[in-house]
This record gives sequence, structure tokens and C-alpha cells, in this order.
Amino acid sequence: MTRPAEVSAVGRVVLKDGTIVDSRGEQRLDVAMENGVVTEVGIELRGDRLVDARGCVVAPGFVDLHAHLREPGKEEAETIETGSRAGAKGGYTALVAMPNTDPPQDSVAVIDFVREQGKRAGLLEVVPSGCITLGRQGEALAPLAELTAAGVRLFTDDGSGVQNELLMRRAMEYARGLGVTLAQHCEVTSLTKGAVMNECQCCTSLGLPGWPSIAEELMVFRDIELARLTGARVHFLHLSTARSVELVRAAKRDGLPITAEVTPHHLSLDDTRLTSFDTVFKVNPPLRSLGDIAALRAGVRDGTIDALATDHAPHPRRDKELSLDQAPPGMLGLETALGVALGVLDVDLVHLVRIMSTQPAAIAGISDRHGRDIEVGAPANVVVFDPDLSWTVSPDSLSSKSRNTPYVGMTLRGKVRHTFFNGVATVLDGDAQR
Amino acid sequence: MKHLRSIDELGHDGVVRLLELTTHMVEINSRQVPKVPALRGRTVASLFFEDSTRTRLSFETAAKRLSADTMTFSVSTSSVNKGESLRDTVETITDMGVDAFVVRHKSTGIPWQISDWTDACVVNAGDGWHQHPTQALVDCFTVRQALGRDRFDGLTLTIVGDIKHSRVARSNISAFSMLGANVVLVAPPTLLPPDVSHWPVEVSHRLDEVLHRTDILYMLRLQSERMSQGHVPNLREYAEAFGLDARRVGMLPPGAVLMHPGPMNRGVEMLIDPSTLTNSLIHQQVSNGVSVRMAVLFDLLAGESSASHLAQEAS
Repeated sequence: MTRPAEVSAVGRVVLKDGTIVDSRGEQRLDVAMENGVVTEVGIELRGDRLVDARGCVVAPGFVDLHAHLREPGKEEAETIETGSRAGAKGGYTALVAMPNTDPPQDSVAVIDFVREQGKRAGLLEVVPSGCITLGRQGEALAPLAELTAAGVRLFTDDGSGVQNELLMRRAMEYARGLGVTLAQHCEVTSLTKGAVMNECQCCTSLGLPGWPSIAEELMVFRDIELARLTGARVHFLHLSTARSVELVRAAKRDGLPITAEVTPHHLSLDDTRLTSFDTVFKVNPPLRSLGDIAALRAGVRDGTIDALATDHAPHPRRDKELSLDQAPPGMLGLETALGVALGVLDVDLVHLVRIMSTQPAAIAGISDRHGRDIEVGAPANVVVFDPDLSWTVSPDSLSSKSRNTPYVGMTLRGKVRHTFFNGVATVLDGDAQR
Repeated sequence: MKHLRSIDELGHDGVVRLLELTTHMVEINSRQVPKVPALRGRTVASLFFEDSTRTRLSFETAAKRLSADTMTFSVSTSSVNKGESLRDTVETITDMGVDAFVVRHKSTGIPWQISDWTDACVVNAGDGWHQHPTQALVDCFTVRQALGRDRFDGLTLTIVGDIKHSRVARSNISAFSMLGANVVLVAPPTLLPPDVSHWPVEVSHRLDEVLHRTDILYMLRLQSERMSQGHVPNLREYAEAFGLDARRVGMLPPGAVLMHPGPMNRGVEMLIDPSTLTNSLIHQQVSNGVSVRMAVLFDLLAGESSASHLAQEAS
């Protein structure tokens, strides 16, 4: 097989002996890519460069609906380039950049900056989301039409769910007219003041202020009903409780335009992790109970949950070395998402690709170029992963600028081998190419 | 024992060992010159990020009576105000050669984080609402001494007040139940933690209904900031329902004792002057504080040889 550097050169690249997994099912076929698109799918293909995919899944590149790339404003934690590299290593070809930057993504200038920095890094497509309200303050609408004209399709105030019911109703009405989606971080903040962890037996014993499930569920309920009233498309970020899944399931049964995501950490780690007092396990919404975890997994299985999203949230070491109540919430996710998902989700590979690529691409409004079936003419945004390869997470092997992964020392099954973005190898044999 | 961070980490045997050791320390403190060379050459650093009078003073006195050197770190004069991180502060003091940190902080878990950053022993002198293990040892020792018994089987400890925000309550629930006591918590539901079903306790919202079967009545301090957070409507209503007055003292069975971790809120949880009560152990709680903390520092810092030396000296 060829040396990494050669693969990036122009020519016809062929992924040999892998199994294509996309919405049509599984097929054992080679894939040829040239000039950024898939040019042939078949058996025993020849090309200028052959890339080994034996024993691996060849799938449309992953799409993350929820990545904090921290640029502009907090480049100490992550930059668009380092976050893109982490994403590429996790098999991603597109990341939706969350708008809680400084300045926030509530103006065309910042949106353009983020997108351009993504292009400059050139490792995947950085898809900026826009703020719903100016400065994410929850007081006045951001210029949604202007931002839509600048290409934004997903709007969110991210960590600051819109508290005011009237403003949220107006945002939904306005968004429906523009044909864009509003994504909500569901948290009624009057119920979570000072909260550090799930409200549970552990928080009782640890003497930590609790974040009750109902603070999420009240807003999920409110926004489902507002979506029913306004007809707006609403996406729920990182759902964490059993009742939230139940509410979304019922809303979908009613035919409402609702979608929802869940994170790898909410599917894999429970609230008792906080008994270690390790701030790496502090995240918002907090890690929940085993019962919630089971309900989230069931929600993925039956299709209530549309997407796996990382909520990749890098923080520098000194911030995570504060006390539990002072440390910022959030953990890394891009480089471990696949391994965690394969370990905890009882779904087949076709379903896995659906929730990591096809459906998030649709929610982000980028289905023309991401999450597409591996067929002739499709943009060559492709991930090749070994679903059976075990590896142990070591912080020093991560490409993110930060180290706050909760999976240190854990063994995951399933690892990205190669990633191609517009036909160019960004990762080969697990190593970033640039 | 490497650290003293919580009663649960200490465990039943650890609690008993420290209470036994405290008896020796009481004897030392009763001497004309209450000082022994057991920890000569050792250094104890107090890191108090929260106000404290009795806990800090009793730790420092305890260290001095064991001949340890002491270092006091107070937040107002430290580099913390110049933006130094807690980790940097701990590492800097560790570099100076410290054998133990005594730590109080308003945040849960700080003693565990600090023990990741230093090889020195860490003693928790109160972290957030979580744990205050030496206070629980003081309280257990005080009850042992007053009632003349090593185990608390058949005794009922009633803790009254703001359980939710109380590290003293959390440590005492563990320690007293380890020694066999039944524990009853009395508070309005707003001052209880969200889910206590896994704790070895009984819960009541009416003080008058449990007083008649209480052997140890433990009154907690109610902080005035709880009013503004809507936990209780006002102090008068709280005092009416949960304050200790002469009528309620009269409802206690003969031989019942009264405790309070201090500082007291007179007119709120304490509506009578406890010094007029013969069964109050509040002064003993304070005076035993030094002996218990001597036992803790000795247990953490003295080697085997000095342990037998102390035993000889005490016998």
C-alpha cells in the first residue's frame, strides 16, 4: 500500500476491499475517487493510489451537529484548525460550529470568519451555526434573515436556552418563514442556579447543588408545543433524560417537525462518576442516572433520537483544575465518539451511519455534500473505520488542543482508519495528514 | 491512613482507632505542660479559604501541642488574590516541605483534588456542604465521654435544621450510624437534600413528634441567606417550628444531651441559653476539638515508633 504523502497527490484513489455502509445497506465493493468526487464503485478497481480498507466500513463522512471550536475568543482551548484535526481523526467531514464564541456568531462578519478559518484549515467543512438572539442574551432576535442569506441553516443560543416564551415563539415564527431550524439547549435556568451535577442520591451525599431533570423536560415540552403552534422546525440539543425522550417520541408520533440529538457521554457515563471529584465529568446537561442512559439508548434504537452529536467542549487544564462548582462544564468528544457509540449502542452499522452522518447532515442543511450514499457523482466525503479494532484512549494521542476527555485509559472498540474530505486524505491509518 | 477526607473513607475501624487515640490526647492535655515531642520536625500547613475560628485554632493548637511546626495560609494576604491557581498554591507550599495540609474550602471535593497535586497528607477541615470529618469525630468523642459508652446502639441522634447545606450533618450521619446510633433528621423538606432514601436515617418534619425518643439532640445553625433563597419564609416561622425553647427541652427524656457545632444563632435555632442547661455538651464539643485534632495529626504523621512511644508515655 502507498505512503500517506502520496495519497494526497492528485490522481485516482481507490479504497480497496472494504464494505460500503450507507442508507442502502452493506455492499463489499471498492470505491474510486477522483477530483473530489466518487467516480466508480465496483469490484477489483484499479487506480493510481490504493488505500487498504480490508475489514473496514466505508461510509459517508461523519457530521457533528455540536462542536465547540472556541475560535474566535478562546484559542487557548481550541482553534478551528485543531478542532478540525480532531474531527478528521474522529471520522468527521463536517462540524457544526457552536456560536458561543467571543464575539458570538450573531453577525455575518463572524459567520464568514469562522467559515473562512475552516477553509484555511482545509481538514473538513466547518458549518457555522448562528445565534437565535443577539449576543446569546435571550433579549432580542439576532438578524436571522441576514445570517440565513449568509448561509446559516441552524440557529441556537447553545448553552443559554432561550428562557422567554414570547421571544421563543417569535423566533420560531420568524424561522419558519426563512425555512431554517432552531436548535435549543433545554434548561430552565431558574431551576438550575449553581447546579453542578444531576439531582440524585449522589448529589445528596456529595452536597452538590443538583440539576433536576425537570429543568430540561419543561423546556422540551414548551418548545414542542410552540413548534406545534408555529410550525417551526425545532432540534433538541444533547437530550439527557428519560422523560425528554418520551416527550420527543410523542411529538414525532404527532407528526411535528422535531429532531433530537444525544451525546456519546450521556449514553455511556452515569452521574456516579462525580464521586471521584474529577471535574472532567462536569458537563451541561449533567451526566444522568442509569435509567436515563437506558432510555436514551432505547430512543436511539427506535429512531426517536435522530443524531449522535459530540458537544465537543475543550477546556484548558487550568480551567478544569478549578473546584467542581467553579470549573466550566464540558468534555472532548470528536475523537472518541465512534468508539463510544459502537460500544454502547445496540444498533447495526447502517443505523450507526444514519445517526452519525445522514441524519445530522439533513438537520444541518448540508445533505447536498455530506451524508450522501457512496455512489458515482457524490462528493468524496468518506470515512473508513475498523469497527472491531480496540484501542486505549491516551490524552497525548489526541489532536485537540485540550485534554479534558473522560475516557482516559478506557478501551474503546472501533477506530477511524482513514478520512477523506473532498477526495483528499485528511487521516490515513489513524494519523492526521496535515 | 494517608488522608482524612471523609468519614466514609475513614470507615468504622478508623473512627474507633481515632476515638481511642483521642483518649490519650485528652490525658496529655490535662498535664501541666500539655506538650509532647511526637511530631517534632513535621510541618502542618493550614489552608483556609473560608472563615473559621474554632476549627482553624484547634488544628493549630493541636499541631503545636504535638511539637509540629505550623504554617498558616490566609486567603486575604496570599497570591490567590493575585490570580494564582489553587494547584500552583498547593505545589508551591509542597515545595517548601510540608507534611500535611489542613484544608477548608467552600467547594465540595477540594481535599480530593489537592491530594492529586501533593504527596503530603490532606485533612479535610470542611468542604462545601459535603464533609467535616473532624467535627463528627469531636461529636462522637464528646458523646462517648459524656455517656461513658463506646458504642451508640439503642441511642437516637436527632439532627435538626438545615441538613441540605450542612457538612456537619453529612459527616455525623455516617459516623454516628457506624457506631450503632439511630439517626433522625428533622427539617422542612426545603432544607433536606433531594433524595435521602439511601441514607441510614429516618426523616421527620415535626420536631415535637421526635423529641420524646431523642437521646442526642443536635441543633444545626440556620444561615440567614436561606431566607433569600426561599428555603424558609422567615426566621420567626422557622424558630417557631424548629427552634429549641424551654418547652421543647422539657419534652426530652431524662438523660438526653444537647449539641451544637457552633456558631449558634441565638433567637433562631436556639431560643434558650444553653449554658443554663445541665445536659448541654456544647462546651465539651469545643474543648475536645483540640484533642481530636491531635489524634488525627498524630495518626497521619507519626511513624510506628512514635506511636508506641506515645502509648508508653500515656500508660
